[in-house]
Amino acid sequence: MNTNKNPLIETSLRLHLVACIAFIFLPILGSFAFSLNSDRFPSIPLGAFSTEWYRLIWEDPFVWVGFFNTVKVGLVVALIATILGFGGAYTDYRFRFFGKNVYLALALLPPTIPVVIMGLAMLAFLSRVNLSGHAVSVIIAHGVMCSPFAMAIIRLRLSQMDPDLEAASWNLGGSEWATLRHVIIPFCRPALLAALFITMAVSFDEFAVAWFVSGLNETLPVKILGFLQGQVSPRINAIGSLAFLSSIILIIFAQMLMRNPTRTSK
Amino acid sequence: MIMTSTITSDTIVKFDSVIKKFGAFVAVEETSFDIRRGEFLAIMGSSGCGKTTTLRMLAGLEDPTEGNIYLDGERVNGKATWDRDTPMVWQSLALFPFLTVQENVEFSLKMRGVGKKERAERARIWLEKMQILEFADRNISQLSGGQRQRVALARALVTEPKILLLDEPLSALDAHLKVRMQAVLSNLQKDLGITFVYVTHSMSEAFSMADRVIIMSRGKVEQIGTPQEIYHKPKNTFVAEFLGSANIFNGTLSDVAGNNWTIDTDYGSYIVHPEGDLAKQTGEALSFIVSAENIRISDASSSAGGIIARAIGEEFVGASATVYFETAIGQEIKVQKSHHELAALNFATGKDYALTWDSAACYVLPQS
Repeated sequence: MNTNKNPLIETSLRLHLVACIAFIFLPILGSFAFSLNSDRFPSIPLGAFSTEWYRLIWEDPFVWVGFFNTVKVGLVVALIATILGFGGAYTDYRFRFFGKNVYLALALLPPTIPVVIMGLAMLAFLSRVNLSGHAVSVIIAHGVMCSPFAMAIIRLRLSQMDPDLEAASWNLGGSEWATLRHVIIPFCRPALLAALFITMAVSFDEFAVAWFVSGLNETLPVKILGFLQGQVSPRINAIGSLAFLSSIILIIFAQMLMRNPTRTSK
Repeated sequence: MIMTSTITSDTIVKFDSVIKKFGAFVAVEETSFDIRRGEFLAIMGSSGCGKTTTLRMLAGLEDPTEGNIYLDGERVNGKATWDRDTPMVWQSLALFPFLTVQENVEFSLKMRGVGKKERAERARIWLEKMQILEFADRNISQLSGGQRQRVALARALVTEPKILLLDEPLSALDAHLKVRMQAVLSNLQKDLGITFVYVTHSMSEAFSMADRVIIMSRGKVEQIGTPQEIYHKPKNTFVAEFLGSANIFNGTLSDVAGNNWTIDTDYGSYIVHPEGDLAKQTGEALSFIVSAENIRISDASSSAGGIIARAIGEEFVGASATVYFETAIGQEIKVQKSHHELAALNFATGKDYALTWDSAACYVLPQS
């Protein structure tokens, strides 16, 4: 046996793992189980196996509208947030200027603002500039919220770059634009893809701000709340399971890209 | 700004009263020197002496604060590095990890808009010259240190530049590989006939490869010359100490009789024969050096005279040994002798010996 193991640390880590599974994954698993249960109300013992609730949401045009809104918003947000995040991260990597720490703090601030306050502020601002209640409102709000995530991921990647690499490219005849295109972006490619997936996942799941600004263009999480308020239906479990699956797949992709960047980059 | 010398076709680079400051910090003090076409020039000094900054100014990665830099007759101040053809081999090598070996070598051709087919052809010529053609499709991470070195060289040379800049390229290699790569670089420079400017902190690298060496310290050029010149005739005490091969004696010039100068030191008066036109007055401080292999050791009891010093240590250097002495006033003196000679003396540390030399072995430092 390995003698370098502290039993206290071992036990705490195991407890932590058990707690994670119990409080994070069991409820989700429960919801997943009930989504395939024929009973009207979630209760034990389970009734018969049924895909009825999935069939119902499949046939519900409102769910589809919400889903398409979510996807549309998610794709555009991922793209915008990743571009903004890359810009922020590259600025941080490349330049030294007065007030840089303030700039960085501001750029990374949005996730620390309580979402309700963010949602209210967004609604107040966007309605004043006549941009509230559209899909584009959600895109703007989510773009603001997601770009710090993208920036953090890309900054991490840039911090692993040999500081001579960029200058080496200039020295070999690459202008600043050519270097950005042929050196910086290829080097950051795994992080850029990871940022795309994660920001998309964040946008998929975000509810509060979307609820404030989406108006009639509700995204799926807003739709789910609508369902809950109207009637308690096991359809929610079915939607929830699908939303969870799509998010977790995006996160897993992102993790795989960030874990071994050298292998994925050719 | 006055031009200190004219640019001839033999001169490929000219630094004319160049100064580089970073804020208040002066990285390179006013410096003027020429680099000859086709020479292997080493710039040597300890870290922070300004040697890398000098190289980066030549590459166009830094702009001089004052003065002018001429490259092939053209003033290049303010000219971006991508518009110059001054490729550099980096200390970190700075190979692109996301490109294959061949793509790395093709890079500068691609940046210059050379077509795909020609790029591949030209890259392969250099891969072959550097004996790494078989690794063309590999990733950089799959190569050994020496192979990476060769990729870095091929990548820098593929445009067939007139000048190649090297910034401590061998520092990451182990001693054995270092010597082999020195030979590769040396031969390459001779074959290509292009100018190499090689920055290093290692005396053995600089002296074994370079035609001329520039010694820098604290932003100042201390001496420029061939390795022989610098080794045997250091210009001042800094260079002599930096090379570390000679003993320095400081004193005062007390008498000038033609080419026989008398210098009074802590150990008595010595006659020296200065070289060249040294304009010194009696009473001026003056230093001379005696190299370690030119000092004789005799028993303290003998009538040889000279400096009485205590043997404090011995260092084994192959066929010979370097022995260290300490004088009564605490100066350390180095002497190099064969093991045979030491045995004949019954040499032992802790004992006192008399150290003597011929006046012809003294070299007077032009500057103190």
